[in-house]
Amino acid sequence: MQNRTEINFLALSQNQAFARVCAAAFATQLNPSLAELTEIKTAVSEAVTNAIIHGYEGYTDEQWIFMGCEIDGNEIIIEISDKGRGIEDIAAAREPLFTSKPDEERSGMGFTVMEEFMDKVDVHSTPNKGTTIEMRKKITT
Amino acid sequence: MDIQFVERNGNLVVKIRGEIDHHTAQNIKYAVEKEFSASNAKNIVFDFAHVGFMDSSGIGMVIGRYKELAKIGGRVFAINIGTDVGRIFEISGLKRIIPCFAGLDEIENNIANA
Repeated sequence: MQNRTEINFLALSQNQAFARVCAAAFATQLNPSLAELTEIKTAVSEAVTNAIIHGYEGYTDEQWIFMGCEIDGNEIIIEISDKGRGIEDIAAAREPLFTSKPDEERSGMGFTVMEEFMDKVDVHSTPNKGTTIEMRKKITT
Repeated sequence: MDIQFVERNGNLVVKIRGEIDHHTAQNIKYAVEKEFSASNAKNIVFDFAHVGFMDSSGIGMVIGRYKELAKIGGRVFAINIGTDVGRIFEISGLKRIIPCFAGLDEIENNIANA
């Protein structure tokens, strides 16, 4: 089976729940277990949070996040993009407990959670152009 | 998202109903800080029985309270951790610093016997 959907939404924290529920609803076509759905929702929530609080940090005008979800066979591929600041050192950002905001109660575990819950996480980023996170997960149950 | 507070034997129990993400974690933080400073409690107990979702923003929020209370000799506990929240606790290593119990009675027994 092949299928695809695309959604654009404003980079507002109240849209985190919207985005993860959309991704989970799309993924239900693959008959995932409840645990797998939770994993997808959590990974999406982490990626969208990063776009809002890091990607668009300091931006004041209207900012958009793009989410594309694709089904290819028994695999779901989720792409989340912003046009924000970008990440200078991707390897450092992916380290557990790394946070650029130590005073703001950020755990620095966002990428660790994405990697734990999805099969593959790719990060493409260009400073001042934006960041794209592509996550893949095979639904095996 | 809705929060209820119960104070019992020096523990402020924070019963969260809803989902914990970046959006709601900030509101929980402010509500807990306000309630704790107005109470006579020494410790904070997060009750996750009705938390349907938690991402790493919840980890940051719990660690934040752990650090605040450590300064004044208080502790942070967790009760009623289900499978989903439990996995976030394990991946993040939060389980190593926040003792998890079945319920408030177990915490009180534990403190009494310590």
